[in-house]
Amino acid sequence: MSTPLLTARDLTLRFGRIAALDGVGLEIHPGEVVAIVGESGSGKTTLLRVLSGLMRPDGGEVSYLGQDVLGMSEAARRRLMRTEWGFVHQNPRDGLRMAVSAGGNIGERLMATGARHYGNIREQAAHWLTRVEIDPARMDEVPAKFSGGMQQRLQIARTLVTLPKLVFMDEPTGGLDVSVQARLLDLIRALVADLGLAVLIVTHDIAAARLLAHRMLVMRHGVVVESGLTDRVLDDPQHPYTQLLVSSVLAA
Amino acid sequence: MTISLATEGLSKVFRLFLQGDVRIPVLADVDFAVHPGECVALTGPSGAGKSTLMRCLYGNYGAGSGRILVRHRGALVDLAAADPMLVREIRRETLGYVSQFLRVIPRIGARDIVAEPLRARGVAPEAALARATELLTRLNLPPRLHGLPPATFSGGEQQRINLARGFAADYPVLLLDEPTASLDPVNRQVVVTLIAEAKARGAALIGIFHDTEIRDQVADRLFEVLPIQDAA
Repeated sequence: MSTPLLTARDLTLRFGRIAALDGVGLEIHPGEVVAIVGESGSGKTTLLRVLSGLMRPDGGEVSYLGQDVLGMSEAARRRLMRTEWGFVHQNPRDGLRMAVSAGGNIGERLMATGARHYGNIREQAAHWLTRVEIDPARMDEVPAKFSGGMQQRLQIARTLVTLPKLVFMDEPTGGLDVSVQARLLDLIRALVADLGLAVLIVTHDIAAARLLAHRMLVMRHGVVVESGLTDRVLDDPQHPYTQLLVSSVLAA
Repeated sequence: MTISLATEGLSKVFRLFLQGDVRIPVLADVDFAVHPGECVALTGPSGAGKSTLMRCLYGNYGAGSGRILVRHRGALVDLAAADPMLVREIRRETLGYVSQFLRVIPRIGARDIVAEPLRARGVAPEAALARATELLTRLNLPPRLHGLPPATFSGGEQQRINLARGFAADYPVLLLDEPTASLDPVNRQVVVTLIAEAKARGAALIGIFHDTEIRDQVADRLFEVLPIQDAA
């Protein structure tokens, strides 16, 4: 049994009278893809933000390989976010620097981890653009000129170039056309398997969760109502809310 | 005698909360065992719970009560009590499952779907793809289809991809849910041969075969799954 990368215990957070997180705990192991599903307002994005140290909970613990995430300095957390962690935002504009070239967006993250050789950085940027199916000839264009799907793929390249151990994804296919979503999901699936990444992905798309995740947590009103192996949760849901969620999905 | 897979007092009740918390008992106190090199066919009327039993054995349905013992890495492990990480490991190394229908993945070609279980075990891409091609060829899938995503393939073609995927990794325990249902006679015989080969290498197989002719060719024993009211 491997040691978990990230462990959270008894997280609570209230927004006024609303409990966004109510006693949430979870573990994520190396190479594991875990989906957090639930309807809007169930607390899933809040959970992602708390786990990645972007938001402070009212109570509870988060630890990453034995380090106390909530207690660490802002500088230490930023260093983690630049190196061993990655965050893929729903809106690529939140994860990219829109005025910097595509190659620069990838190179910047490499340089933040110590890369200095210009030729190597450019070569790596070209390699990663190819991996996310963007023509490396467009390396010097700014992402503002890219389509939404391309921007999202660029954000993924920028995040993965440093080979993080743990990647947080917040509705990565949220704002995209369905045809573009399938391509992006397939790309994420292949990259995650090849690189052995641990991923915590928030989505309301049950089919995407089935495709990508090994394990699933179902959230409602700030509580994890059910968790387990993805196919077990979806094919034999135990909680009334999970049964409602699964039965509400149209089979395409 | 060594046990490959056994159930002890396995029961399963479905609770349907959206239908006013109806409870549907499907399996009650199922005890059976399969040994290396044998194929056990599940029999019983439609709706008796054969597929439910299969899905429980794979961990796809949670067991209500009882134990599901699988010989994994030399020891008997209770799948019904295993955490998700362990279930994934058991599925990767020990327990294969050929479902009735192929779950297609957008943009992934047939050959890659078949090779995927081997890749998950760390087999090199070339070797995994070679094995996939070999099985697809044995199951008479035309080579021009090997690289294409099977979403638009016929039911029989999809089932052959599913079978190739299930037999690619030489699992010690293999579950087969209606593996020949939409196959022509030639390919049905290929499946009979694949099952015989798996038995010869010591695999334990559990299958549901509506085709009694095929069943009689492959099964060493029958295990009858009875509807609950009859069993009580």
